[in-house]
Amino acid sequence: MVCLSTHEAHSETGDIRMSKGKGHTGHKNGSGGGKISRRQVLKGAAAVAGVAAGSGAITGFPTIWAQEIKDIELRHVGVSYSVVKAIGDQASADLGFKVTMQNLDTSAAINRFITQPNTVDIPDLEGWQAKLATRRGVLQGIEVAKIKEFDNFLPIFTKGEFEGSVVSRQGISPYEAMYVESKDATEIHEGVTEWATNLPQVYNADSIGYRPDLVVRPVTQWKELIDPAYKGKAAILDVPAIGIMDAALCFESADLIKYGNKGNMTKEEIDFTINKLIELKRDGHFRATWTTFDQSVQLMAAGEVVIQSMWSPAVAAVRVKEIPCTYAAVNKQGDKEGYRGWCNGLGLMRHLEGKKLEAAYEYINWYYTGWQGAFVSRYGYYSPVPSTAQKFMTPAEWDFWYLGKPSPEVVNDPYGVPMEPAGTVRDGGSFIERVTNISCWNTLMDEAAYMNKRWNDFKVA
Amino acid sequence: MALSARMKRNVTGWALILPLVLILIPFFVLPIIGVAVTSFLESDGFGGIIPNFTWDNYLTLFSSDLTFNLYWSTVKFTFFTWVFSLFFGFWVAYFLVFHVRNQLFALGLFLLCTVPFWTSNIIRMISWIPLLGKEGLINSALLAAGIIDQPLEVLLFSSLAVVIAYVHQLTIFMIVPIFNSMARIDKRLVEAAVDAGASKFDVVRLIVLPMCKSGIALGSIFVVSIVMGDFFVVKVMSGGGTASVVGAFYEDIGVLQYPSAAASAILLTVIVFLMVVAILRTVDVRKELS
Repeated sequence: MVCLSTHEAHSETGDIRMSKGKGHTGHKNGSGGGKISRRQVLKGAAAVAGVAAGSGAITGFPTIWAQEIKDIELRHVGVSYSVVKAIGDQASADLGFKVTMQNLDTSAAINRFITQPNTVDIPDLEGWQAKLATRRGVLQGIEVAKIKEFDNFLPIFTKGEFEGSVVSRQGISPYEAMYVESKDATEIHEGVTEWATNLPQVYNADSIGYRPDLVVRPVTQWKELIDPAYKGKAAILDVPAIGIMDAALCFESADLIKYGNKGNMTKEEIDFTINKLIELKRDGHFRATWTTFDQSVQLMAAGEVVIQSMWSPAVAAVRVKEIPCTYAAVNKQGDKEGYRGWCNGLGLMRHLEGKKLEAAYEYINWYYTGWQGAFVSRYGYYSPVPSTAQKFMTPAEWDFWYLGKPSPEVVNDPYGVPMEPAGTVRDGGSFIERVTNISCWNTLMDEAAYMNKRWNDFKVA
Repeated sequence: MALSARMKRNVTGWALILPLVLILIPFFVLPIIGVAVTSFLESDGFGGIIPNFTWDNYLTLFSSDLTFNLYWSTVKFTFFTWVFSLFFGFWVAYFLVFHVRNQLFALGLFLLCTVPFWTSNIIRMISWIPLLGKEGLINSALLAAGIIDQPLEVLLFSSLAVVIAYVHQLTIFMIVPIFNSMARIDKRLVEAAVDAGASKFDVVRLIVLPMCKSGIALGSIFVVSIVMGDFFVVKVMSGGGTASVVGAFYEDIGVLQYPSAAASAILLTVIVFLMVVAILRTVDVRKELS
């Protein structure tokens, strides 16, 4: 009844990878499972998968009976790079109830969480979205004690510190938006409590992508993006809240201004930044701006730009097209430079109760058992619990993605498509080197309404 | 007797418009009232709406250069799209009606015009990118032919690219109503004019053009209201290089500033409404159609 087989991992989120491919060796339960023995089948399947992945024990077994959970459907809603169908399919197979992944863009997602909270079960939240959703009372606190791997979460998230130093608080760090005082609280709480607004599931450090064959020197500073040498060949991210932070990193790098907090600017700082952007635009500096993953890949691959703010998997997607592209290692230099970090987490909508709430906790616990962590690591993002993700990765993958060592073999993406030749070293180095160099986080400023208006001034200029 | 006949006519009239009323009230009238009410309320900055009456949303809107710049940019796109789609739409319809002698063949060609519209708007728009890009077909061809030595950047991620995409998408909305009204022109009128010594140009100017005014007006309403209410084409084809009215208030919605977005939406509705009224004032569509 239990078979070990290779199955197709389908990607419907076209923006993660252009091509679809054979999935890596996974497992699925046989069709003859039946109702009564379903639980045993699941256990067996999970155990076999554990052996197949060459790993130790797998935690997060379903603890509620199959009969009661088989009709449950959880709707996990969020952006396509974070809410991935292949992950939902794997969770459904492992857990015995149905998980449906639904993708929306960032702003459509937060609007849905707030205006139609009952159509969502698991909201996928960035820190600023968690803040807004908490305030609107559409979330319920996640009881930290019920999360089995919680003690293995990196302290970046749970305590706001990492490798002996405090994680930057410019912008909204995951730690800042993580805790509330009680299950029903509508105010974020500063400091560790027993209740979380959301739990991190995937994160990364963003910087610049560039064509190493067409730039005048390797890029290690943000100011390169506004260097006149790249006039008409540069692009910037057009999501106001984070685009302005990329711009701020550039202007700070070029010594044009010193911000109090790039992630929460004053009106004067916003004005300075936007005026400077308008000046650059009038000089013809920007070839374009981009909003989606695909657009950034196209801009670079079609030769429209040679340098732009970019996401790590997008750089990889350009390289898969055999066009050289490098992800800039913008390590902190004093108060300047550094990566812009982002993090998406899992929340619980307030309407969840009874069996469905139990299933939601099962699902959240499943996330941290390692399969998902390994999956997202293979396209260049990170797991908040690397210790479990490691169990689902080959030593070669671990060396490449987390330790920053040359890969001893060909590096495959999450769908098994080769993406880097053997011997490649990851741009930016090891996990620790990249993450300790995050100098600010995705944000929503207090002056967001004003900033949006000024950003449109830049767009229409 | 007369009274009851009139009543009967009234009942039939109401019965005929009832389905439309039943759709419009819940799906158009009520939502727009909701938007209008919201536009006079305050925002708490966290997606909440405070039920306090205020003019602030409108005051900010009217006192901002941004509003003017956004409308200027959007109206510019509307104007150029209108001019070019009217030009192409008119001559395509003219060709089909007056130059294709076989009526069945004309109808076939007319259907052929609609074929590209079986694919999605987005596909048709994005297909322009490989054609117009720096390393696109047109630039490659011009470079290879030695006509230019630097790729033309103005082809893509520019206002030109936006207008090209709009005209490509919307010309059909001109062709259909103009074709419709041209087909109703009595051919004997044209013959009579030619017999009386009118040139081809005179025929177009004095007979065809005035007699398909209603088609032009209807097509114009489609084109104007679609371009005024769109933001996606502008965003993609200008490479984010410019903004549009709707794009700007979509950003407001993204950060949950509902009241200010609502005020922008109401202003846009009023302006588009006035534009449609202006078109209908110029051409009495009802009279032309009867």
